This record gives sequence, C-alpha cells and structure tokens, in this order.
Amino acid sequence: MTKNGMNLTLKVWRQKSDKDKGQIETYQVNDISEHMSFLEMMDTMNEQLISAGKEPVAFDHDCREGICGSCSLFINGEAHGPDRGVTTCQLHMRKFKDGDTIYIEPWRSKAFPVIKDLVVDRTGFDRIMSAGGFISVNTSGNTQDANSIPIAKDDADHAFDAATCIGCGACVATCKNASAMLFVSAKVSQLALLPQGKIEAKDRVLNMVEQMDAEGFGSCTNTGACEVECPKGISLDNIARMNREFMGASITSDK
Amino acid sequence: MAKLDAKIPKGPIKDKWTNHKNHINVVNPANKRLIDVIVVGTGLAGGSAAASLAEMGYNVKSFCFQDSPRRAHSIAAQGGINAAKNYQNDGDSTYRLFYDTVKGGDYRSREANVYRLAEVSTNIIDQCVAQGVPFAREYGGLLDNRSFGGVLVSRTFYAKGQTGQQLLLGAYSAMSRQIGKGKIKMYNRHEMMDLVIVDGKARGIISRNLITGEIARHSAHAVVIASGGYGNVFFLSTNAMGSNTSAAWKIHKKGAFFANPCYTQIHPTCIPRSGDYQSKLTLMSESLRNDGRIWVPKNMKDVEAIRAGRIKPIDIKAEDRDYYLERRYPAFGNLVPRDVASRAAKERCDAGYGVNATGEAVYLDFASAIMRYGKEKAIIIHEPKASEARIQELGKKVIEDKYGNLFQMYEKITDDNPYETPMQIYPAVHYTMGGVWVDYNLMTTIPGCYAAGEANFSDHGANRLGASALMQGLADGYFVLPYTIGDYLASDIRTGEVSTSSPEFDEAEKAVKDRLNFFINNKGTKSVDHFHKRLGKVMWDKVGMSRNAQGLKEASDEIRIIKEEFWKDVMVPGDLNEFNQELEKAGRVADFLELGELFAKDALNRNESCGGHFREESVEPDGEQKGEAKRDDINFKYTAAWEWKGDSKDAELHKEELTFNDIELKQRSYK
Repeated sequence: MTKNGMNLTLKVWRQKSDKDKGQIETYQVNDISEHMSFLEMMDTMNEQLISAGKEPVAFDHDCREGICGSCSLFINGEAHGPDRGVTTCQLHMRKFKDGDTIYIEPWRSKAFPVIKDLVVDRTGFDRIMSAGGFISVNTSGNTQDANSIPIAKDDADHAFDAATCIGCGACVATCKNASAMLFVSAKVSQLALLPQGKIEAKDRVLNMVEQMDAEGFGSCTNTGACEVECPKGISLDNIARMNREFMGASITSDK
Repeated sequence: MAKLDAKIPKGPIKDKWTNHKNHINVVNPANKRLIDVIVVGTGLAGGSAAASLAEMGYNVKSFCFQDSPRRAHSIAAQGGINAAKNYQNDGDSTYRLFYDTVKGGDYRSREANVYRLAEVSTNIIDQCVAQGVPFAREYGGLLDNRSFGGVLVSRTFYAKGQTGQQLLLGAYSAMSRQIGKGKIKMYNRHEMMDLVIVDGKARGIISRNLITGEIARHSAHAVVIASGGYGNVFFLSTNAMGSNTSAAWKIHKKGAFFANPCYTQIHPTCIPRSGDYQSKLTLMSESLRNDGRIWVPKNMKDVEAIRAGRIKPIDIKAEDRDYYLERRYPAFGNLVPRDVASRAAKERCDAGYGVNATGEAVYLDFASAIMRYGKEKAIIIHEPKASEARIQELGKKVIEDKYGNLFQMYEKITDDNPYETPMQIYPAVHYTMGGVWVDYNLMTTIPGCYAAGEANFSDHGANRLGASALMQGLADGYFVLPYTIGDYLASDIRTGEVSTSSPEFDEAEKAVKDRLNFFINNKGTKSVDHFHKRLGKVMWDKVGMSRNAQGLKEASDEIRIIKEEFWKDVMVPGDLNEFNQELEKAGRVADFLELGELFAKDALNRNESCGGHFREESVEPDGEQKGEAKRDDINFKYTAAWEWKGDSKDAELHKEELTFNDIELKQRSYK
C-alpha cells in the first residue's frame, strides 16, 4: 500500500440517457490519497472534468456514511467494490494501489434501467414496498402501549437484522439472474417475525412477490452471491424464511 | 409584535394541547377528499406527515429530490429517540422531558411547543412499535432504553446505531401503503423550485423533474415544507451531500420569516477531517458517550510523542490523562449536552492538546467500559475467575452488540480498530435549531404554508439535546400537523381544485426558468463546489463554534464577495433538460450564500452566548461558572424572526418575546 499520491486509470461507463447506447471512457486521476473515500476520488475526477470544460460523470450518492443506500457502483466487477460489508461511499482508496486500472459501471439489471452514466432507476423497489411492505396501522395516539406485547429478544433482533437493508440494489446487481429476493425477503422477514406483522403476513408475501415478478426481476437459484456482496450482511436465511412464508400462504390463503 | 402571533392556546400548560385539539376546526371525511396538500421532503417529519394526512383522507402530493423517499437524511440518525415512558422507573415524566428540553435548549425555545412535544413523545413509541419498528429489547421482551447527554434519566429508545433508519423506514412503509392506495402521489427525483402564493395564501409549488429537467406546476390547498436543516451552509457537515435549504429559503423569500439562523449544533463526536478533498464529515453517535470516556493527555510531552508516533494512546497511564469533561462537569461527566462537550474539546485543542497531526482531535476511549461489561458478563456466565484477556473478550462482545455498526463504520473510515485503541473525534456541524418561524400550529407567516421537523425553528431553542430530533420530526408529522392543518383547511372546503393557470403560477414558473437558464448560459470558470467550499470555510472560521463581532462583520463582507463572484463566474456544464447534478447544486449553493449572510447577521445581532451560539464577548467572568457561556435574558430573551426585504443584509428583525411561566430561568449548570 502506498502512503499517498496514487495514480489511477479509470474506465468509466458513460451513457447520456436511457435511450443512448453508452460506452466506456478512460480517465486518468493522479495524486489520490489513500485516505480518500472512493466517492471523493470520483469528486476529484469530476472537478478535473469540469475544469476541462467537460460534463462530469453522474452517480448517485447522498449520505456518504453507508446508510441511505443511494450509492450504487459496480467497481471492478463487484457491487460496492472489493471491500466487504461496505457501500461504495465507505470504500476507501487504501484498498487500491498506485497504477491500478479501475472499472466503474452502473448496476446492471433489466429492472434497473440506466438514467444517465452510473445512475439507475430503482423505483421498482418502491413499487414492491407499496404492494405490501407495511403493517396496516393508521396514525393514532391510541395504539396500545408499546410494552403491551412483549417480543422475544431473538425475534426482535432477527427482525432488526433484516430491517437494516438499505435498499441499494447490490443484491440485484450481483445476482446472475438479477433477482430481488434478498431485498424482498428482508422486508417480509422483518414483519413476519414480529407479532404486529403476522396478521397480514400471508397477503404481504403474496403481493410483494407478485409485484417483484411484475417488475422483471429474475428468479432465485440459491447461488448466494447477493449475501456476499450485501453491504449490510443481510442473510440468506431471510430468503429461506420468505420461501416458507410464500409456500404456506400459497396453500392456505383464501385468495 | 403585530406581525408575529405565536397563537399559543390559553390555560395551564398541561391542558393547552388537549384543549386546543378539542376546539379547533375539523374537516369532515367527505370534504377531505376534495383537498390537496403538498408535502416537500420525505424525512421523519415529511414522511410521517404525508402518510398521516393521506390516511385521514387528504390527497397528498409528496416530493423528494432523492430517488426514493426512503433515502431522506433522517435515515442517518444513529442514537435514538426520546420519550417520557418512564419504563425504567427512574422518575421520568412529561414534565421532566419538557424541563430537560427547555433547559438543554438554554431557555430559548417556546414553552408551549416543548410541552406538547414531551406530551406526544409516548404516542410516537406506541405508533412505531405498531408499525413494526424493531426497537432494541431486553430478554423479557420489553423495550430497552439508554441515556443521552444533558439528562439524568434513561428515556432513549433505540435500534442499535440505526434508530433513524428504522424510524424512517417505518414512516416510509406507512407512506408506501398510501402510495399503493393512490392517496399519496409520489414525486421522487423532483426538486421544489419555488412556492406559489395566490391571494395571500400558499397555493402550490413549481417543481423540476431532476431526470428530464421538466418544470411543472402543482397546486394545493396547503403546502408543508419538511425539507430539513441548513447545516451544509458550512460545506462540511454530517448532513447528506444533497441536504439543502432551498425549499425553506424559497418560502422565506416569499414571506415566511426565518428564525434564529445562528443556532447551529456543532456535534462533539465526529470523525476528524483528514484532508482538503474531504466531502463530508461522519458522526459517531452521542450514545457512545454512555460508555466512552473523553480525554487528552495531561502533559504536552505526551501529546508531542503521540503526534510523532513514538507512543500510542494506550501507553499513557491513567494519571497522565486529562478526562476533561469529568474534571470540569462532575455531575454530568461525559454526558454533558452537545454544545458544552464541543466547546470543551475546542478549548483543549486550542490549548495545544489535540492528538492528531492537525491538532484537532481528542480521544473517546472504551477501555474502561470494556472491562466493566466484561466483569459483569463473567459473573453472569459463572466465570468468576476469568482472566483479564477473557474479561476483555467478553466486554468487547457487549460493546459490539451495542455499537457494532458504529465501530465498523469508524474502522472503515480511519483504518483504526476502536476496540483496541481509542477513537479520535472532533466536533462538526450536525443540526440546525434555527429555521422557518412557525406558530403553535406549525404555520409559517404565509397562510397555508407550514414547516415541520428540522426545517422549522420551534422546539430546541439554542441547543438540541440528543435523541430529540427524531422525536420532534415524528411529533410534528404524526401528531401535530395532521390536527392543526385541519383547522386551516376547514375554511377551504368550498374552494375546489386550485387552478395552475393563473398569473401567479406563470410568474413563478418564469422566474424559475430564468434562473436555471442563467446558470447554464453563464459559462464561468469555476465549479459550484469551488464557491461552496469557500463559503463553508468562512462560516466555519468566523461563524463556527466561537464567534465575535469583528469576525462576524468580516464574515458578512466575505460572503458577499463570494456571492458576487459566484453569480459572475460560476460554471454549470451540461444542459437544462437532462439529469444535471451540477445544475442542482448551483441552485442550492446560491441559496446557501444568501442564508449564510443572514446567519452571520443574526449571530452578530445576538450579543449573548446561548446554547450552540457562543459569543466570545459574553462569558461568565468569575465564580464557579467562570469561562462558561453567559446568557443575557434581559436583552435577548426572544426569538429573532427575520423578514426578507430583497437582500439578506436588509432583512428586518421581528422579535417573539419568550415567556417562561412553568420553568424558572437559570444559569444552565452541568457541574
């Protein structure tokens, strides 16, 4: 690992709009500090492009602390790059070395069409959520006391672990089938594990899976790549749980 | 003041909200279907307001600049949310939460609003649990709590270090349900460009589709601004890159007064900056101060040795460490409020004791907590003779369960392992208590235009306590606004759909288009970030943690110069009608430049120290509190609400006098 001043060759996907075909462009950035985050390196590249009178590369990013789920880069063939358990914004340049060539591409999936350069449309996730990713409870100052239903700590903890999904789409981008099963199963699991969510559990899983299919996401073939690349470590157990929920609901639901 | 009526209901403080709700107007369910409400922003305040209003039957149009409402920056809140549940039996109550919040805000908030906030806090927890928010629980299955700064009870509910995420996803799921039903029309990747006022009332907005560049008109019977705070005026802050003040600033320029812009929270525990390329700063949750002890070396030779890399922090003996918060504030120790902790860190670093190369870092050390938890755990699992290494192992596991994601985040950024060596931290801009002035009903000075959450100024006074932002955002959106907006809309049931073919919409749309055209055609030589960084530096150096009249005047002048250069020389590449992130930033930075100037003006006007606003001219001269911030209740016991008069420098001051009937005004002491 060099101390500072890395020189890098960037191979970046450029695409004017969803109608454009797009191609890889090559850019050179110099004197990159190992303490920079990957997106700060991208900022440096963009400042360079702007100074040269060129259009900067569009990419999604917002919180830059790994929680909003905006950033979404495919770096050297891996969602969120070579590090594990991080989003692109948490990836630091110390994971690279002087002279490296880095390929930077958008998420690739039919269900995530490219908007521009590295920005893709992930609203399919929102539509899946609207199909059933909730508990039907209206706002009310008269819901029962929060402690009136104790929840076993293990269930609460597992529900929490599933709920930490940030909806970035790395699972879809990584999956050879572009399946959204890890994303959908995380929400299904969270709510199925809690007593409050059990009441609508059958409809929820059926509706969310139906919408998932309608969006054009692929099927799950249990490869497990999604779990490896998930920045939040969402477990494949959730997919197993969703399959159980789905089977049970398909057989017993009145619908 | 004629122009400022806070509309605080009469009667004893504990009855105000109940009585108010019992007497305000209500829109009947059939009529709600005829009424449109625009909500700008989908964070805790905007998301919960949109969902609740749609559940009630209003037609809601919701706007966010992110690609999904789930990505609003509330998602990044870490530590927790306060509620006066008293589940821990430590004497908590609505009054105590009210008292702590008013005191924590250094007696610069409106009593009635804060009492209401404390009152509805318990409903929030009930509501969130019903929605499936997975709060941390104890082994008996009941909810767990922890402590935050500035209070002496455990009232903070949490979900590891991702409480904001879990609460926001709860609000987002409630929104998703209404989106699925067609009751919320969601406009993601849309930015509000201006407010439209017709016959003196807020009647709609102009939006820009950030993908296509399309400018569109949206009408409504009321407009809610829940677009968050303006911390990014400092360029570097813990805010998201896209967090901006533009929606709030647009309504300000259309007549909404802007209150207390100088009240900014500098959070004590953030990861120190590492270089000029830095794009943002990362918070380490205040919850860490439950278990972390803050210190710097006592002796300068140790500071030098550490900076030179000759010794490590763990080599410094306990007696050679200065646990300065415990030393200066024995009653609250490491859990003093944020403003106090930040200034204390600055004081040590200014005195030369900072522990990194820049001299701007102190230690946050978990070694004691690891040993303490390890010993407790060893007893529980019947290992009374556990070795020190075993105790450490057990203790680290407990710490990991509590703060695992924060420790991981720290390690990824700094490449240091905080289980083995103390974290380095330094204060950073985090939250803005100031914001759009609102009355008790959360209405701005523009009829029909509301502001909620961090975008308004209402509840935190001059300093916000930890775990209170989430509480306020959700209180506003779930439990306050849905009631109070009905009082206003009840007189609008015969209005019918508001037309967008009016001269007011024409004019607003034209102004928006002209400005966007200007940016694209300006063809200057410097990027938007160039100006934003310069503004941020002036703000941090002269309008930051410590302020004085001389510096504030200089800041105003310097900001004006940057502003002039910006309009002459900014370069925005690309086109109007496409996805253009530089164009988005240009509009936001233009607004930050105007806000920054008003900010400095407000800070100059307020010649007292209170909460996060520290004026070097106003410190306690002697006695036990020597050197601490000195409030001036005789001259400054008011909210400064600024009216736009065509330029920030010409803003006109209106004062809302603050009255304290239920809390005695005191010097805030955490000693």
